[in-house]
Amino acid sequence: MEADSKPDTSRRQAVSGQVGGTLSGSNGEAGMLQSYTVLDLTGEIGHLAGKILGDLGADVIKIEPPGGDPGRRHGPFFADEPDPERSLRWFAYNSNKRGITLSLDSEPGRDVFLRLVRGADFLFESFAPGYLDGLGLGYSRLGREAPKLVMVSVTPYGQTGPYAGYAAGDLELMATSGLMSVLGSPDREPVRATLPQSYLWAGMSAAMGALTAHHSRSEAGGGQHVDVSAQAGTLWAMAPAPTFWDVLGQDVVRDGQFVTGRSVTGAKMRAIYRCEDGYLNFIIYGGAAGRATNSALVKWMHDVGFAPGYAGEVDWGAFDVTTVTQEEMDRIEEPVATFLRGRTKREFMREATERRMLGYPVATAEDILADEQLEARDFWQDVEHPDLGVALRYPGGFAKFSSGFCGIRRPAPRVGEHNAEIYGGELGMAAEELDRLSASGVI
Amino acid sequence: MTAEAQGNGGKPVDSCGKACEGVKVVEFAAYAAGPVVGKHLGDHGATVVHVESRGRPDGFRMQYPPYTDNQPGINRSGTFALCNNNKYSVTMDLKTASGLDLARRAVAWADVVIENFTPGTMKRLGLGYEELSEINPSLVMLSSCNQGQTGPHAKHPGFGSQLTSLSGFTHLTGHPDGDPCLLYGPYIDFIGVGYGLIAVLAALDYRKRTGRGAHIDLAQYEAGLQFMAPVVLDYSANGHVMERMGNRDPEAAPHGVYSCIGEDRWCAVSVCSDEEWGHLRLAMGEPVWAADPRYDTLEGRKADEDEIDKRLGLWTSGFEPAALMALLQERGVRAGVVNRVQDLQTDPQYAHRGIWQAIEHPEMGTFHYQSPPFVLSETPATLDRPSPCLGEHNERFFVEILGVARSEYEALVSEGVC
Repeated sequence: MEADSKPDTSRRQAVSGQVGGTLSGSNGEAGMLQSYTVLDLTGEIGHLAGKILGDLGADVIKIEPPGGDPGRRHGPFFADEPDPERSLRWFAYNSNKRGITLSLDSEPGRDVFLRLVRGADFLFESFAPGYLDGLGLGYSRLGREAPKLVMVSVTPYGQTGPYAGYAAGDLELMATSGLMSVLGSPDREPVRATLPQSYLWAGMSAAMGALTAHHSRSEAGGGQHVDVSAQAGTLWAMAPAPTFWDVLGQDVVRDGQFVTGRSVTGAKMRAIYRCEDGYLNFIIYGGAAGRATNSALVKWMHDVGFAPGYAGEVDWGAFDVTTVTQEEMDRIEEPVATFLRGRTKREFMREATERRMLGYPVATAEDILADEQLEARDFWQDVEHPDLGVALRYPGGFAKFSSGFCGIRRPAPRVGEHNAEIYGGELGMAAEELDRLSASGVI
Repeated sequence: MTAEAQGNGGKPVDSCGKACEGVKVVEFAAYAAGPVVGKHLGDHGATVVHVESRGRPDGFRMQYPPYTDNQPGINRSGTFALCNNNKYSVTMDLKTASGLDLARRAVAWADVVIENFTPGTMKRLGLGYEELSEINPSLVMLSSCNQGQTGPHAKHPGFGSQLTSLSGFTHLTGHPDGDPCLLYGPYIDFIGVGYGLIAVLAALDYRKRTGRGAHIDLAQYEAGLQFMAPVVLDYSANGHVMERMGNRDPEAAPHGVYSCIGEDRWCAVSVCSDEEWGHLRLAMGEPVWAADPRYDTLEGRKADEDEIDKRLGLWTSGFEPAALMALLQERGVRAGVVNRVQDLQTDPQYAHRGIWQAIEHPEMGTFHYQSPPFVLSETPATLDRPSPCLGEHNERFFVEILGVARSEYEALVSEGVC
């Protein structure tokens, strides 16, 4: 294991946020999962899973049908030009993977696949339930071929059950999960988040399940089949809303810009306020941190000569959010809204940080890319795309580890980019065999 | 086990061991982002100890309804319950020397420490990673916080529902002509939970192979931005600031939720290809309006999307949402009911997977705990112990597991340390 040789300097660097510099990438530093091989047969619903294992250093091989993964057809696209080699959504969730093409529709293709499986530790797939079984490549077969294999199946609803055969995209998963019912304004229809989220909950859940299963296996065997439901993964995103029904028989409904369910009186609190250049997320809240925030806000008002009105009359030390009434909340909200209306996002962020107040701007992509905290932590990674002639700025690792790099090591593969390297170099297939498979449309 | 053989409602027939059995976890953590990582480990058999102090228990116990019978109480919060089943609850006062001593003994026992205090707090208590790794060199420690352990905003306190706005999700939720909408609750906390679990399991694997522990600095902000990566790329590559667009999608039409029979009842329907449009037309009984040849292409449908939405909504309004979903699925059209919170326990697919596990709680009665979104064929999760009452397992953990002498334990209790 290469990481063994890494001295403690790497630990200090990572803790102080120096590893993973924007241009330096991993510097060849190993990751926690460096010694594992992952096969990735997924479509968009499962792309993130393999990417996460790749962030941790695993060798991830994306297997696409000849012609490319359908996920490459989704925008946004680099320079707004739709092209399978320019999909930014594909780039985002397929970095850290090498790519090969392979059709499972023919016997020779399936034979090649089985060779790959025998050398793999993890397999992610997202075909409709039963599809791989129909090809003779279900877990019952693959588990025999590779007893230590952790095979993870990611589908909208899971492998069995009344919805198992149902088709669903992000919109349907946001709906059936229940999450959509609590998003949006009460006077309009429920909404999803504009950037598809359910596939990411599914992919992350798949990585969680894969590593949970991995924990219990041994060198020799102990593999298992992991059945992931995107619906059930997305359900976690709306916690703790379901508990209101369970405990009180109360439905929770979407309320746009308001936080609900914090007071036993049913009072709700505005959380989204307009400001000079957009919106802020600020809440009049309870608990130690909330009370301190409310007092700090009133002080800020005084400091700039703004009359706090009713907000200045409340005894914040005694303020109890769990019993506050709507009438009192409305009286508090009025001066707060007027005050915040005159702040900018940047000003609010600066003052909230200095005054240790809870609350943040409602950030746009532009705000996020300009954030000084992310910059200071060296979060961004600029990843070279040689065929586009540019380096693109990506979110870096999801966490910093005291030893081992977590983040992007390579950009997403082009279609079949690593066919020669993997089939020829690593599986040892002869050039004529590769030509034959290529000519017959297998790879 | 084959896929077919799993059709048993997601519940184990005979659990032959649990995936994380033997893993010992101590949580100096509260609210969601830390504790739910421990819950997932506990669901899979780990021994998880949730540390609180009597002076300042987990905030979810204190400030988060719903409370059983709508009566606030330290052991009555549904939100706390959801995040803490299959755990032990112990109390120790970390403001006292004896309390800190107990904390260090717990850490010496543990494989994993999970903490989500404001950065610097553990260090100030003498419980930072450097100190703890001296007690336990192979310790895996997850420090999960809003913005990371370092940087100018590290110590800024914050809640997940607000960090969800800083990370761009709120801006992208709502209608283009309306204000942005909240993602209900601490959306980003649960992204931090997933990545936190992944990080801990990866570090345990690394430890198994190398004998070395690890410290994980997880900023929920940075974990959350993984779910925003295309938005980041669209700005960094193209200079576009992505905007919210209700339920619309530039690559599909129609693509929305449509009114059904009942108050505030909806069904999502999306047409992602011209072929699927053909399926929808047939399902609707080939109405004249839908035969318009302009609608045969995505471009044509996008150009008249408001009109199509209106017409489609008139048709769907004659159906119950579940009946509409079944009909459209049968006809090869993607559709899904908008489940309300009140529908989640009876959703047939959630029921089939055993998502909600009923466990009796001493003060709350029957509470339905939430299962993980993945089912392991050989070592499935077992949710079998309710969320603990405050300090419920003090004696069990300190005396029976940690080996504190009973006389010492009793002295600590009388001194108010635990």
